[in-house]
Amino acid sequence: MAGKAVIARAKTTVVSGGTGARRSLYWQYMVEPFLYLSPMILLIGSVMLIPLIVGISYSFQSIELLNPFATGWVGFENYEKLWSDRKFWIALENTFFWTFWSIFFQFFLGLGLAMLLNTQFFGKKLFQALVFLPWAVPTFLSALTWAWLFNPVIGPIPHWLAALGVLSEPYNILGDPDLAIWGPITANIWFGVPFFAITLLAALQSIPGELYEAAEIDGATPWQSFTKITLPFLAPMIAITVMLRTIWIANFADLIFVMTGGGPANSTQILSTYIFTTAFRKLDFGYASTIAVALLIILLAYAVILLWMRKRLVKI
Amino acid sequence: MGSVARSSSRHPALAFGKYAAIAFYLGFALFPLYWLMKIAITPDALIFSEGTRMLPSAVTFENFATVLFETEFLAYFRNSLTVSLGTAFFTTLIAAGAGYAFSRFVFAGKRIIIAVMLITQMFPLLMIIAPIYKIVADLGLLNSLTSLIVVYTAFNIPFATFLMQSFFDGIPKDLEEAAMMDGCSRFQALRTVVFPLTLPGLGATLGFVFTAAWSELLFALMLISKNDAMTFPVGLLTFVSKFSVDWGQMMAAGVLALVPSCLFFIFIQRYLVQGLTSGAVKG
Repeated sequence: MAGKAVIARAKTTVVSGGTGARRSLYWQYMVEPFLYLSPMILLIGSVMLIPLIVGISYSFQSIELLNPFATGWVGFENYEKLWSDRKFWIALENTFFWTFWSIFFQFFLGLGLAMLLNTQFFGKKLFQALVFLPWAVPTFLSALTWAWLFNPVIGPIPHWLAALGVLSEPYNILGDPDLAIWGPITANIWFGVPFFAITLLAALQSIPGELYEAAEIDGATPWQSFTKITLPFLAPMIAITVMLRTIWIANFADLIFVMTGGGPANSTQILSTYIFTTAFRKLDFGYASTIAVALLIILLAYAVILLWMRKRLVKI
Repeated sequence: MGSVARSSSRHPALAFGKYAAIAFYLGFALFPLYWLMKIAITPDALIFSEGTRMLPSAVTFENFATVLFETEFLAYFRNSLTVSLGTAFFTTLIAAGAGYAFSRFVFAGKRIIIAVMLITQMFPLLMIIAPIYKIVADLGLLNSLTSLIVVYTAFNIPFATFLMQSFFDGIPKDLEEAAMMDGCSRFQALRTVVFPLTLPGLGATLGFVFTAAWSELLFALMLISKNDAMTFPVGLLTFVSKFSVDWGQMMAAGVLALVPSCLFFIFIQRYLVQGLTSGAVKG
């Protein structure tokens, strides 16, 4: 079908331009699209792909800006250091915790919001603009706002939690190693629900309405229409969105960096904040790149497993 | 869609649940913003004593005045505006071209290019933070807004391209083909026929990229260290450590930082849903 389209367009050009069919096929297949694409290819290549390769090569080198004479190739030395680095393993565990709970709540709240927005109610347009607003709030500002809300002096959350009996007294949750990670997770949920809602809403709107009408005539309960129609239709979208968001959240350092800086006692240190502090506090680019490569490998493995599962389980 | 609404309004419990859910989402989304605003307009003397009161007992705009006229706020604001507008402009321009090519052409290497773009969405941007720092430093471009614009443009291009592609997919091919049959060149057809129809898509992409650039922190933190070149997030963070007791001023600066991105966002969010929907229907 794609081939036909090319031929059809080639014919069009012959009619209008009067050039030979062969030349215009070549023009349309090899040259013209690249006229439109070249700025993108150039920029992505030079700003993302080349630094990516350079970054991987850094992981096999010693590059410490504070110690410029210790520069050179060191083989797998950085990786051996990584293996015995307790902070790395703590950060890895925190990365799983942070990513899983962020995604879990973002997804279920986002799905609820999307289903709500897929119905009719008074003031829906205004409602949509307002509940999507957190997405527009600059990340560093979300982080500061939530840090303020968690502050026992000027924020209400510790007082609410104390009133509910969750905390013995209103103290600073962000300073408690056992609970601190929930601060950035809450901020992340707040910030990320609109994104899930928007993509799931788009998928919901693509489900033909007749399916629901037919199900209703056959006497299906709302729960049955949800599990038998809505979920199967959403499954492909869910798989791809969850995958992209997981990778994105695992990489997402800003909230934690601003709210807790990885502390207290590394209890909120995830791999991406560890990479950033290693690079820009210790100026140890070689080791920072090694942690980054480890994160990259974990994320790639995750993506491959999820894509494989999607192929096996989702039959659309 | 309509049938879902009708069936849910038939059950009183579901209708009640629906309004409870609406209230819940509104409260969750808006409360932090309310709190930000509340502290910004609370007089300094009351911020601590009334820390957890829902409504302040007095209101002042002094914090806004101080932030605007007695700090470097306006310089940060201008730098961020330059960077965000520059990034939004170049990203949209480049992504429109690339999105058009993906939408309309079958060409050699298309799958590979799309795969590479997907991979750029997957790898940790922190992976390239050290190399980019070294490259920018070696070129002598640290502390320049230009280097930030170039880096942000590259980061935003993949998503912006997919977004633009889905908008172009929603515009029938026949339109420009008809124009070309009538003797227009492709460029003329694009300008006169396709471009006007693409305006909502261009607007959505511009707004999306603008907000992304407006809030980027880590790369700005790394590439900018001079006060007069700081963008908003970096400036405000140093602000926080400089004035760490002055909550009121910080909140006021925060409210002001919200204004541009929220204005943009309210304008574009409709088109974003539309763009993603047309993409979802096709894909």
